[in-house]
Amino acid sequence: MEFSEVVDFLRKYDGRPVRLMEVCGSHTHAIAKHGIRDILSPKIELLSGPGCPVCVTPTAYIDKLIELSLEPDTTVATFGDLLRVPGSKESLNEAKGRGASVEMVYSPMDVLGLAKANPDKKYVFAAVGFETTAPVYTLLLDNVIAQKLDNIRILTALKTMPGAISYLCDNGAAIDGFIAPGHVSAVTGADYFNNLADKYHIPFAVSGFGAKELVIAIYGLVQMIIKNQPQVKNYYTSVVDSGQNDIIVNQLNKYFQPADVVWRGMGVIPASGLLLKDEYNAFDAGSQGLDEDNKRNKACRCGDILMGKAKPSDCPLFGKVCTPMSPEGACMVSEEGSCFNAYLVRR
Amino acid sequence: MLVSVIDCGLGIIMEKIIMEHGSGGRATGELIREIFESQFNSDVLSEMEDAAVVPGNGTIAMTTDSFVVTPLEFPGGDIGRLCICGTVNDLCMRGAIPKYITCGFILEEGADVETLRRIVKSMAETATEAGVKIVAGDTKVIEGNGGIYVNTAGVGFVPAGVDIKAKNAKAGDVIIVSGNVGDHHATVLSQRMGIKNSIVSDNAPLQEMVGKLVENKIPVHVLRDVTRGGLATVLKELALASGLCFDIHQDKLPVDPQVQSFAGLLGLDPLYMGNEGKLVAIVPKEFAPQAVEIIRNCKYGENACMIGVVNTPESEAETGALIMKTEIGGRRFLDILQGEGLPRIC
Repeated sequence: MEFSEVVDFLRKYDGRPVRLMEVCGSHTHAIAKHGIRDILSPKIELLSGPGCPVCVTPTAYIDKLIELSLEPDTTVATFGDLLRVPGSKESLNEAKGRGASVEMVYSPMDVLGLAKANPDKKYVFAAVGFETTAPVYTLLLDNVIAQKLDNIRILTALKTMPGAISYLCDNGAAIDGFIAPGHVSAVTGADYFNNLADKYHIPFAVSGFGAKELVIAIYGLVQMIIKNQPQVKNYYTSVVDSGQNDIIVNQLNKYFQPADVVWRGMGVIPASGLLLKDEYNAFDAGSQGLDEDNKRNKACRCGDILMGKAKPSDCPLFGKVCTPMSPEGACMVSEEGSCFNAYLVRR
Repeated sequence: MLVSVIDCGLGIIMEKIIMEHGSGGRATGELIREIFESQFNSDVLSEMEDAAVVPGNGTIAMTTDSFVVTPLEFPGGDIGRLCICGTVNDLCMRGAIPKYITCGFILEEGADVETLRRIVKSMAETATEAGVKIVAGDTKVIEGNGGIYVNTAGVGFVPAGVDIKAKNAKAGDVIIVSGNVGDHHATVLSQRMGIKNSIVSDNAPLQEMVGKLVENKIPVHVLRDVTRGGLATVLKELALASGLCFDIHQDKLPVDPQVQSFAGLLGLDPLYMGNEGKLVAIVPKEFAPQAVEIIRNCKYGENACMIGVVNTPESEAETGALIMKTEIGGRRFLDILQGEGLPRIC
């Protein structure tokens, strides 16, 4: 089948309406970047689930980072996306304006150089992310231990995907198919989603991030829905195997243990997070119990949007008081957020 | 071994800037003579008056800019070349012929004198290339860690009949970019991250191509140099200024393959990566092929191409919008750069 025929099918699709959800921020961004919604029939709706790490980080975590960054001789190092995420009162960027020590880095490994150059200072890395980013923090810890550096800690807000997908399915999110996260699948293997497909009778398509890869994965999902054959199909075989990546999984298991954690706007999801094991507590800057999730603006509907129960435009704040320049909710902050992308096209 | 030294007047041979160099006394005078005056070789500057008095007639264009780039030197340029090009290019974007530049240096204690000498030499060479004269300067020294910062101001003259400004874009105009996007950003970031590659900054003065567009009577509506925020930010700002809809094509964007791979590796988008020697020109459709030809024949314009058109918006969403047709035929709405981007690239 030619690619143009795939596009033609999706453009003209006139079967029952289908709602597909991506649960990976990079997919959310790629779908907007490639203009994929434009080539889909109005009967194929794409929803952005809780796959953007900063979108699902509760306010207590941001508040804790701000608290740490205001301590004497302490610098919080972070990826750029997190700087503008609102805490219960302010963002890291806003705190920086009143003297908080916050440094944007491109890699957690950059902290090693900073910590060695400034032994009198303490560094806290804001370790957010999913199964995909967590391994990098284990490499950071490997180095911290090997180099005997005693001035680096991490503050974790690490999450894992299956618990969140179960939670969505159990709590009334009407989803007909999932675009399974490509990077997460590279760690976990595509089979990771088999139990979910069986239990909820929903198809999964593991996809890469190119325009054609995503279009083909969407086509695969629609076909499985039409034929009522909910399976896990791997359309990203260049990177994703059926089984897990043992090296990475062992590395994760070395440092982390599963934990019940709060997802912003969604509440506690059992066994959906990773916390440092007790023997590595010395490297933790206080990640446990950061459960409070106080929206700065009570009208924000990020939670419903992450669960596919509302569209960004259903939120009363969307595009009015909440814009990329002054985000009220986390989904408006980064190019991986559903509100941010919806705002761009005034969707 | 001290390769380069100056006698700071304190009886100490110096290879680093110290606070006394900002005292206004003998050390300052020797720093100015040894480093600045000898390189700039400007009769007006050498008069050492409180203000430069220079000839000129007509409509004046003025601009100012500050330069804080890290690292100070990078493949394809340095803060010296950058500050001249940045100022010259800002003047050119109004159709002006750049003439005079002033520069204020803020040096941190510990700044390397040999590095400063190279930077100043680079400024002088770039000023000659751009056809501008450095006519006034200032130096201050502050506490710090050896940083060097430069503030410049520039004056140019706008030829009669030239009216180039952001809001002049008209429906039907063609959008031209003068070459590959993202090179400077990728260069600076590679240096900072210690990544070895052969990407070179596009840091260059654009007075030749603007001058030739004007000389050849191309009725240019808008010019803008593509600096921080990258091409998408610049075009979106222009779209907003005109209230029209800018439609561009992904497959026409000129990006060096190495910059594209570098950006892909780091999750960056060349559309949002800055340049220091590229411009966007918006011209009436009938003049577009000639304008591209003129730019391509200039020293820094060999990859110039048409990337899109200005259209009348057909909906509220299209008003002031920048829309890119993607490789699969979808539409991507582009906004100005959000967030940090890469600080201190210029």
